[in-house]
Amino acid sequence: MCLAIPAKIVELLPGEAHHAMVEVVGVRRRVDMGLLEDDPPREGDWVLVHVGFAMSKISEAEALDQIRVLTLLGENEAAYEEARGYNLNDS
Amino acid sequence: MKFVDEFRASDVIEKATAEIRRLADPTRVYRFMEVCGGHTHAIYRFGLKDLLPPNIELVHGPGCPVCVLPMGRIDDGLSMAKDPNVIFTAFGDMMRVPGTHGSPLEHKARGMDVRIVYSPSDALRLAQKNPDRHVMFFAIGFETTAPSTALILMRARQQGVRNFSVFCNHVTIIPAIRAILDSPDMRIDAFIGPGHVSTVIGCRPYEWIARNEGKPIVVSGFEPVDILQSIVMLLQQLRAGEAKVENQYKRVVPWEGNRAALKAMAEVFELRPYFEWRGMGFISQSALRIREGYAEWDAEQRFCVPGIRVTDPKAAQCGEVLKGVLKPSQCKLFAKECTPETPVGALMVSSEGSCAAYYNYEHRKTAAFTTISVPA
Repeated sequence: MCLAIPAKIVELLPGEAHHAMVEVVGVRRRVDMGLLEDDPPREGDWVLVHVGFAMSKISEAEALDQIRVLTLLGENEAAYEEARGYNLNDS
Repeated sequence: MKFVDEFRASDVIEKATAEIRRLADPTRVYRFMEVCGGHTHAIYRFGLKDLLPPNIELVHGPGCPVCVLPMGRIDDGLSMAKDPNVIFTAFGDMMRVPGTHGSPLEHKARGMDVRIVYSPSDALRLAQKNPDRHVMFFAIGFETTAPSTALILMRARQQGVRNFSVFCNHVTIIPAIRAILDSPDMRIDAFIGPGHVSTVIGCRPYEWIARNEGKPIVVSGFEPVDILQSIVMLLQQLRAGEAKVENQYKRVVPWEGNRAALKAMAEVFELRPYFEWRGMGFISQSALRIREGYAEWDAEQRFCVPGIRVTDPKAAQCGEVLKGVLKPSQCKLFAKECTPETPVGALMVSSEGSCAAYYNYEHRKTAAFTTISVPA
């Protein structure tokens, strides 16, 4: 829960104010952008995701570092599982 | 080449450890607390202790949400879900945490409708898909997860989803640090501040630690070099006789935090007068409850909550370990009755718990580093 999952925004979903399609550890998932309202990200930006919510914008280099840290911590499987578990796609 | 060997040989790591050795005064002992469970995990995983001089001791803090939750709250949450109309939802971390009569997973095996969700959004969606059932979300976590719960409660109200409620167990990190500093058996010289909690709250809330308590604090990232660099920064401050808040994790943590997240939390939550923490007792203004305007979605208002108080098993010394008074291996049950497979206390369940980390990396040391391969 403490470790964030880096995700790349592939599509902002028009008409769904709070959601964006992201690529997170190789899968496409819908995540909630509601907590980045002050500084809305654009397509191609990287974000850190906690429990299905984008929490902060980060650089691509930082995102790649974070993926490495998850792998090194042995948390990458848990991160995949969490990301795959986000159920927001079937809306 | 194995990762640990590689990172130990790397220039930055060597420079950082050399700097630590240069700065550390060999005639004294340093006790640094890493507040966040993610850091605890990283410290064990990377074997960072072995890189430090023996007079620098890393003390594990309370920043593991499932670890600090008293068993009574788990019992309370499960008691609400005895109603067959209720679907009990929680993050995966919660599922194996023991309650008095078993974990949520064991209750599921006995027929309770218990489901893992990975996001509070999924719990709300489940409620929308099951209008005849009531979906209760067992919310836990520090400021990293509390804003998401807040936002979901706002959405539930906006969308008029009335078969959904939250059992709020969110806690806040600052009062826990204060309790540790107030505790007479604690002697902490400085803090490694939590990384991701700080993306939400920023660095300002730590200023009193430096100003009033005279203790340095450095907000840190999670890579081995981040943690070592934070230790360098703490030693530099101590050597200069300074105490200030520094941000080693600037590339992710803004000084002011995430204002939208703080706003959502303020809209939905207020501080409880006090809340019980496992092993640390009641800490005033240390947890969040749902404001009156959202009472309809507050499980504690909708259900009869027994308010169960359970004392931890006598032999288990989770409290002392949580406060950093004992090392995990000094607990009488460690690796005997209490293992990750059969946890007695929550610290053995979560990967962020110091007992599980200690067990997996120190206790099984022979195997620990041989399995970590270099990522592509």
